[in-house]
Amino acid sequence: MPAEHALTVLVAEDSAVDRLLLAQIVRRQGHHVFTAENGEQAVALFAEQRPQLVLLDALMPVMDGFEAARQIKALAGEALVPIIFLTSLSEEDALVRCLEAGGDDFMAKPYSAVILAAKIRAMDRLRRLQATVLEQRDQITRHHHHLLNEQRVAKAVFDKVAHSGCITAPNIRYLQSPYALFNGDLLLAAFTPAGDMHVLLGDFTGHGLPAAVGAMPLAEVFYGMTAKGYGLAQMLREMNAKLKRILPVDMFCCALLLNLSVQRGAVEVWNGGMPDGYRLSADGEVLGRLRSRHLPLGILAPERFDDSTEVLPMAAGERLLLLSDGVVDTADEHERLFGVERLREVLAANRDPAQLFDEVMQALARFGGSPRDDISLCDIRMFSGEDRVPAPTLYSDSGRSSPLDWALAFELRGESLKRFNPVPYLVQLLQEIHGLRPRTGALHNVLSELFSNALEHGVLGLDSQLKRDVQGFADYYEERARRLAALADGFVRIDLKVEPSGPGGRLTIEVRDSGAGFDVQRVLSRPSVEQELSGRGLHLVRRLGSHAEWCEGGRCARVRFDW
Amino acid sequence: MTDMHIDHKVLSDLQEVMEDGYLQLLDTFLEDSEQRLNQLHEAKSADELGMAAHSFKGSSSNMGAVGLSRLCQQLEERVKERPLYGIEDLINRIDQEYLEVKGFYRSERERVSAS
Repeated sequence: MPAEHALTVLVAEDSAVDRLLLAQIVRRQGHHVFTAENGEQAVALFAEQRPQLVLLDALMPVMDGFEAARQIKALAGEALVPIIFLTSLSEEDALVRCLEAGGDDFMAKPYSAVILAAKIRAMDRLRRLQATVLEQRDQITRHHHHLLNEQRVAKAVFDKVAHSGCITAPNIRYLQSPYALFNGDLLLAAFTPAGDMHVLLGDFTGHGLPAAVGAMPLAEVFYGMTAKGYGLAQMLREMNAKLKRILPVDMFCCALLLNLSVQRGAVEVWNGGMPDGYRLSADGEVLGRLRSRHLPLGILAPERFDDSTEVLPMAAGERLLLLSDGVVDTADEHERLFGVERLREVLAANRDPAQLFDEVMQALARFGGSPRDDISLCDIRMFSGEDRVPAPTLYSDSGRSSPLDWALAFELRGESLKRFNPVPYLVQLLQEIHGLRPRTGALHNVLSELFSNALEHGVLGLDSQLKRDVQGFADYYEERARRLAALADGFVRIDLKVEPSGPGGRLTIEVRDSGAGFDVQRVLSRPSVEQELSGRGLHLVRRLGSHAEWCEGGRCARVRFDW
Repeated sequence: MTDMHIDHKVLSDLQEVMEDGYLQLLDTFLEDSEQRLNQLHEAKSADELGMAAHSFKGSSSNMGAVGLSRLCQQLEERVKERPLYGIEDLINRIDQEYLEVKGFYRSERERVSAS
């Protein structure tokens, strides 16, 4: 007999003849045998030696086989220790008693070596089966605990990442089901150095940990580039390229990315594959939808990716409602979906936009659907300049290496104007000057404003008056995209000059363009209210800098920062 | 010794299974049987009688003593019916049957230890 089939067997028999015979039969079959003369001895031997199989005489003095079987089964616990009753009992009820006491089989006297061997083999199979089942059950339990623990750790790590931005800002209200992350939903928000707010609602394909892994690099790009002042187009290109590179072919990320700019009174939107978002007036009227116009992130190769965004006017108090497909795909007990129509009914019935969030949740509850565990809902109110949270400083060092006497010229031409935004680089460079750090936001705003003025109104020759209403906004940005695509020459030149001045210093920024210039006097004389919406943001630039002037017929803007 | 008393096939199987332990098995059976007979005679209750008959039935069947085993079974069943009157007769028949087969097992013992 191969060693792996050799068992330890306990033989309990009060009759010396039977005991001797049985022990010999079992031993000859290759097993190791312990013998007991009564039930009490059998239980004690079992506790001590833990045999794998027990042959038990039913009728024995001191303690009979029935009681011994009960105690042995109790000692064995979950493991299967087969008990074969040895009996010449022939009455039905006695045989039933054997099984009820925990016996697995019986064996009649006189003993047959052949039948006993077959029974032991059969019992061994059962015993191994039970052992395998227990082992696998324990393994599954261990794996399950392991998995839950991993999810907990991953969630804790991710919560830190996801909440490092400003998702808790007072103008944002959001709901994400606790484990939405593990269904691939992602909601991020952060302020740009200029005080704009970037918001990303994403939804990775797939479920579980694989869907969550992609969220980390995406969040990294989002926070990193937002903090450095990059615009949506650059961020989208970077996110798409990164996801395309790291995700398997069947994985991608639907995403809705926003830039909420209080300075420009506008929201810039890119929607790739997410359900429509809704733009709502202060009294709850649906002003428009933020529709998906692109493929999700991570699908297209960088050269085919479309980063064009829509810009829509958005005044303080107006709101955006964003949602994941978990909301519209919530199903009731008849597998009917909540659907876009029901959502629109809720939107139409709304009277107080502050209540809308709750009304959507109540409608979902009323619909009676088992709520999906990947519902993300986000309500964003356009803040006004006053309740804006100040942007965090980018980084801080001792400031001792702060260079104070230098100049730099930076000229962008033709192709480069189409794709490259120099503002984040320049702001980062200016961060080296310690005295300017508290004004990072203002610097960023001024440089952004001057650069886009130079590009849009100067090089591209767009008329800012176009942006008077919603349709004008759309036309303006369509025209901008068209002219930029057709752009062959032209330039924007930025000159930075830093000089020491007393205990502080002075930065002079000059931005020149190849455009036709403008009537400086006429534009500056218009009321600032009008300017905020559609003008060149000249008043903003004047407010933020220490001094601002326009020269060379409007082709050059000069702004000074003193500290 | 006729087949009414002993199943010779059982005995030859036993010898094969027990190998060197066959002699010890025969000795044990002879000792054990004396003990069982004493228990039959000294039993103070029907239960004790039944228990002894049950054990004796089991070991004699294993040893191929088919006649003895059959009588023990009759006794085991008989004690379940009251009154026990007439039961001594059955016990006496068991005594006689044992005397019949004892000689056989002794000679078997001689035969084995001689070879």
